[in-house]
Amino acid sequence: MSESNRPKRTILVCCGTGCLANHSLKIYHKLKELITKAGVDVAVETYIKTTGCNGLCEKGPIVKITPDDIAYFKVKESDVEEIFEKTILQGEVINRLLYLDSVTGKRFKSHKENDFYKRQMKIALRNIGEIDPADIFDYIERGGYESLKKALFTMTPESIIEEVVKSGLRGRGGAGFPTGRKWKQCAGYNNYPKYVLCNGDEGDPGAFMDRSIMEGDPHSIIEGMAICAYALGSNTGFAYIRDEYALAVKNMSNAINKAKEAKFLGENILGSGFNFDIQIVRGGGAFVCGESTALMSSIEGKVGEPRAKYIRSVEKGLWGQPTVLNNVETWANIPVIIEKGGEWYSGIGAPKSTGTKVFSLVGKIRNTGLVEVPMGIALRELIFDIGGGITAGRKFKAVQTGGPSGGCIPESLLDLNVDFDSLTKAGSMMGSGGMIVMDERTCMVDVARYYLNFLAEESCGKCLPCREGIKRMLEILNSICAGKGLAGDIELLQEICATVSEASLCALGKSAPNPVVTTIHYFEDEYLAHIRDKRCPAGVCKELTTYYIDPENCKGCGLCLKNCPAGAVSGQPKSWHSIDQKLCIKCGNCIDNCKFHAVKIR
Amino acid sequence: MTVEKNSQRILSYTRDVMAGYPREQRFTLAMLQDIQKKYKYIPRESLEQLSDHLGVPLSKLYSIATFYKALSLQPKGDHVIRVCDGTACHIRSSMVIVDELAKILMIKPGETTSDGKFSLETVNCLGSCAMAPAMVIDETYYGKVTPSRTREILNEYGGVDCE
Ligand SMILES: Cc1cc2nc3c(=O)[nH]c(=O)nc-3n(C[C@H](O)[C@H](O)[C@H](O)COP(=O)(O)O)c2cc1C
Ligand code: SF4
Ligand code: SF4
Ligand code: FES
Ligand code: FES
Repeated sequence: MSESNRPKRTILVCCGTGCLANHSLKIYHKLKELITKAGVDVAVETYIKTTGCNGLCEKGPIVKITPDDIAYFKVKESDVEEIFEKTILQGEVINRLLYLDSVTGKRFKSHKENDFYKRQMKIALRNIGEIDPADIFDYIERGGYESLKKALFTMTPESIIEEVVKSGLRGRGGAGFPTGRKWKQCAGYNNYPKYVLCNGDEGDPGAFMDRSIMEGDPHSIIEGMAICAYALGSNTGFAYIRDEYALAVKNMSNAINKAKEAKFLGENILGSGFNFDIQIVRGGGAFVCGESTALMSSIEGKVGEPRAKYIRSVEKGLWGQPTVLNNVETWANIPVIIEKGGEWYSGIGAPKSTGTKVFSLVGKIRNTGLVEVPMGIALRELIFDIGGGITAGRKFKAVQTGGPSGGCIPESLLDLNVDFDSLTKAGSMMGSGGMIVMDERTCMVDVARYYLNFLAEESCGKCLPCREGIKRMLEILNSICAGKGLAGDIELLQEICATVSEASLCALGKSAPNPVVTTIHYFEDEYLAHIRDKRCPAGVCKELTTYYIDPENCKGCGLCLKNCPAGAVSGQPKSWHSIDQKLCIKCGNCIDNCKFHAVKIR
Repeated sequence: MTVEKNSQRILSYTRDVMAGYPREQRFTLAMLQDIQKKYKYIPRESLEQLSDHLGVPLSKLYSIATFYKALSLQPKGDHVIRVCDGTACHIRSSMVIVDELAKILMIKPGETTSDGKFSLETVNCLGSCAMAPAMVIDETYYGKVTPSRTREILNEYGGVDCE
């Protein structure tokens, strides 16, 4: 019916993992049914699409309507009919479903106007939420594969690499190695075949940007890889994707097939004579497999153990051949750099950290989700202006960046600029862009213990200092959290930290002490409270925590009683409630639910 | 019946999986993943068969199967509950959810209930950190789980008989 002259309208239903869990697919089907039923009677020709994650999963499911530029948040199945009747049939905006700024009470019709989106700059995430990832024409319509054409027909391999060098782009997977330099090195080896790899292992807990790109805009990765392959003279690529990311695997495979049909991949791409194909390898769920040499060994069908890096992968990587490995987000930037030029890109962000970076804002922050901002943004702006600050009006304590190899940054450093070098100087690192925001109810000793526990499980065990050192540190932290900490434990931890980071083979071991080092450095008081006073100020370590209700503040609202899973709270409405210590399982639900700060920690 | 029949079925499924890939060592993991998906663990029969087919020693396959977390050598329950204990979930009290489930099911993480109905596991990040604490049962995601909601969720799967 597209031959009709009716104006067009498209409904975009977010079907990223966050919204899916909140039943966005039901909303999609119900809307679709209503549209189909109404058929040509609708004055405006209406299309409906599913998209990848819009970034603000906290307020999902999200339904956007173009070209009206309306965005509805927290849509329920029961809202669907009203959306259809009012917005689709009559072009009317439903105020109740618009984004609500909880501070000013203002509502915004377009999602681009609210604080969460307004300050962002989308390059890697340029298409996500705007296109149907299963439809290659959506990607093409927004300029997709134009950069590949430009590279193939108007640029030389050298000039492509030169643009990427000029852009200043540094790898988004963790180490921040300059991408252009890596390509240039690899191009220098006259040894074929060469391989182009995509790291979609995303092992860093708390980060989900790579997942979002693979699910929401797979062609941007494919196009980036194809451009690189042409510059290096490589004909074979591999995308290594976590097997747990079922939707990412599906959307990437589908996109690869569609790209082949459209001649953007495969033999004789667009008639240029250049061949390049990408195969998908599903990862086995080991954190260390995200490390470059372990990843290659895993693709070869072996156990994913790192090897010493005196031989670099650009020279001898996969099957001993020259190999370029880049992260998902790195790849997604490439088409834009080729389109607009390296110089344009290098003008964004900070001098030695150019461009934008995607961060996942998670933890005790109000607007949890994915954001893309220019590098160099102040931590404070990221957490408070975009992220909306801390939940439940609590106090900010720290933000953890860089994943298990990163560190915790305290309140005193909130004015820090977020770029590769500043984060490293503060004792943390950029990592893949996970930002885990912590408040006064987060115990820093427990956080250190958490990461060591993670690393103890994930160490491949090849190096003795990594394997045994992490285990020993974990034992000490376990005993501190259990109230059995001894004077001298802090010094002992620091000593082991030094040995482990010096004597381990790969970056997992080398950086494993970071969470311990930074929490001791910035939060020694909390360690001392555990060791000396046998108290956990955050009320997290169960052995050191007793909850009680302060009669001064208790209004008898009963919220604690209602939310206690153990039946430990008793009290009559409007009078003082109290906790039976014998029944209390110390889950903290009462303290998190009490609006009057009446539940306290002893 | 059934041990023998079952074993036959496993062998025939493994043959199908092997037929789907070129006979090269680099597809070992992919084959193991397919078998894991079907049976929720890797039966010994499959390992032996793969070892013959690929010419890879059984010991090497065992070390691959134990190295990769997504693979299991132990059979799992009908429903696999995976509670996220990634960082974002951890600081939003995911361990309280694990403890509560462990209490209701009377098993520890890594174990299966005696009636074979539920397995309980913890995982590092489901990529749904915005909905922390998150968990997934089989393929269904649950966000913002609270201790009091866990029993309700289990009921969707027929709940717990014992008690
Ligand atoms: C233990 C460990 C785990 C890693 N995990 C990942 C990962 O999940 N994803 C990723 O892109 N890079 C990961 N890296 C970094 C890679 O080794 C490599 O530097 C990166 O993929 C290169 O791509 P880039 O230059 O585009 O960042 C990890 C490194 C280490 C040491
Ligand atoms: S440092 Fe740890 S993870 Fe890395 S190779 Fe050594 S033992 Fe394995
Ligand atoms: S900490 Fe948990 S179990 Fe204890 S009283 Fe509060 S809500 Fe109940
Ligand atoms: S999944 Fe919809 S906003 Fe993230
Ligand atoms: S930390 Fe739990 S989903 Fe990411």
